[in-house]
Amino acid sequence: MIKLESTWLDLRNIDDLATQKTFIHSLNSCTKLITTLVFVVLVTSFSKYEVTSVLPLLFYPVTLMALGNLPYKPIVKRLILIAPFIVFIGLFNPVFDQTPIAKLGPFLITGGWLSFLSITIKLLLTVTSALILVATTGMNSICTALSQIGVPKPIVIQILFMYRYLHVLLEEFLKTNQAYTLRSFKANGIHYKAWGSLLGQLLLRTMDRAHRIYQAMLCRGFDGKVPLRSAASWTKKDHLYLLFCLSFFLLCRFINIPQTLGTLLTGGFQ
Amino acid sequence: MSHHTIDLTNVLYTYPDGTTALRNLSLHIGHGEAIAIVGSNGSGKTTLLSHLNGVLFPTAGEVNIGGYPVVKETLPHIRRTVGMVFQNPDDQLFMPTVYDDVAFGPLNLGYPPLEVEKRVTSALKTVGAYALKDRPPYRLSGGQKRAVAIATVLAMDPAILVMDEPTAALDPLARRQLITLLHTFSHTKIIATHDLDMVLDLCKRTIVLHNGTILADGPTLEIFRDRCILEQAGLEQPFSMQSCPICSKI
Repeated sequence: MIKLESTWLDLRNIDDLATQKTFIHSLNSCTKLITTLVFVVLVTSFSKYEVTSVLPLLFYPVTLMALGNLPYKPIVKRLILIAPFIVFIGLFNPVFDQTPIAKLGPFLITGGWLSFLSITIKLLLTVTSALILVATTGMNSICTALSQIGVPKPIVIQILFMYRYLHVLLEEFLKTNQAYTLRSFKANGIHYKAWGSLLGQLLLRTMDRAHRIYQAMLCRGFDGKVPLRSAASWTKKDHLYLLFCLSFFLLCRFINIPQTLGTLLTGGFQ
Repeated sequence: MSHHTIDLTNVLYTYPDGTTALRNLSLHIGHGEAIAIVGSNGSGKTTLLSHLNGVLFPTAGEVNIGGYPVVKETLPHIRRTVGMVFQNPDDQLFMPTVYDDVAFGPLNLGYPPLEVEKRVTSALKTVGAYALKDRPPYRLSGGQKRAVAIATVLAMDPAILVMDEPTAALDPLARRQLITLLHTFSHTKIIATHDLDMVLDLCKRTIVLHNGTILADGPTLEIFRDRCILEQAGLEQPFSMQSCPICSKI
């Protein structure tokens, strides 16, 4: 459980990184949100056997981390945390997809292995870019940006409230779990028979809390609208950043840069 | 002036599960009074407070705030008049930063941005929490959360302040600071609490609740001297009125 708590604190730490003052941090939150969204969509749009042409996109997270003065450790740590999910998603590809694609000396490379590698790279890229977005923008500004690009306000408010109360809920769960552990002597972890009542308790308490929060909101004149601070206006910097990033992404998407470079170097055009 | 009076007439409240929390309760609170509502757990303190700004409506009887009955139609006006500080500040601080939270009320009241900023700044300065304005609520200590929760209410400039257990879970210093702060307010104050020493400091009048009825209502000192009433209500004399455990002197 301590691990769960520390994982959560890590996310808070990543959010704290957003208070820095670098070039990336000074950009408008909308700019960063749009670039990240376009990046994620583009990365996932590559075909399933594509490996080489995705690689140049690695420049994007690496450059952002350098420009945004982000430490590598917390981001890598979180990547390791989700690594099992990535592996599981692609785990059976090499088994089921035996289409031979290439031969590397005595080794036959099948389509399954290529798609597994491709999924891994794509997930690493998308997750890293999302983490970088949080670390350079902060959850609150991301939510403001979301509402500005037209995401329905109820959804934005849901995200904001979830982020605010995840901590409170987690604390409540940890306390319940501690109370359980202190009075259960044999069991290692929570016995399956106790899960029902523990989670039920948690649900009931959460509902009670939600009710109290709603009352508190009503007491301060809540009428269905939550006022959000508006983000700063766009500057020349934002336009240039957006233009540069988008053209780089499109270049990577439609031209296989490593292959083109390779052909150039080996004299393929002669 | 009599426009910030509170009148409850034969208020009866039964929760949906059948528990009757208030039984034919009537009381009058005048303008500018500081009132303590004391009583054991489950005596109906929180239920009573919830009636003062329309969080709950009486099953029978009537609640009147400044001449307006508390009904659905008058709620916007009532909630502007009565500021409620909840028992758990985590329930009250729901916005991403302290500033946003304090601004929530004034923005909902429709004040222009400049006025909102002025109100937020002044409310935060009053409770001594202006330096915390950009912090997220989860980064505050218990005392700071309480102070900010009070600021969220002050920013709406209510005439009546209702507080549920304001000193619960505070360390002695934070508690003392809160009492000093509450001393400076000229609002009509209604405080439900178990902290009888704070009541001695702050409130001239005390209402003792027991099983949803008023057991006693009168000057604080008089009530606290009557051990019989306190015992009946499941309370004890405040420490400052008990004799010294070492020398047995008061």
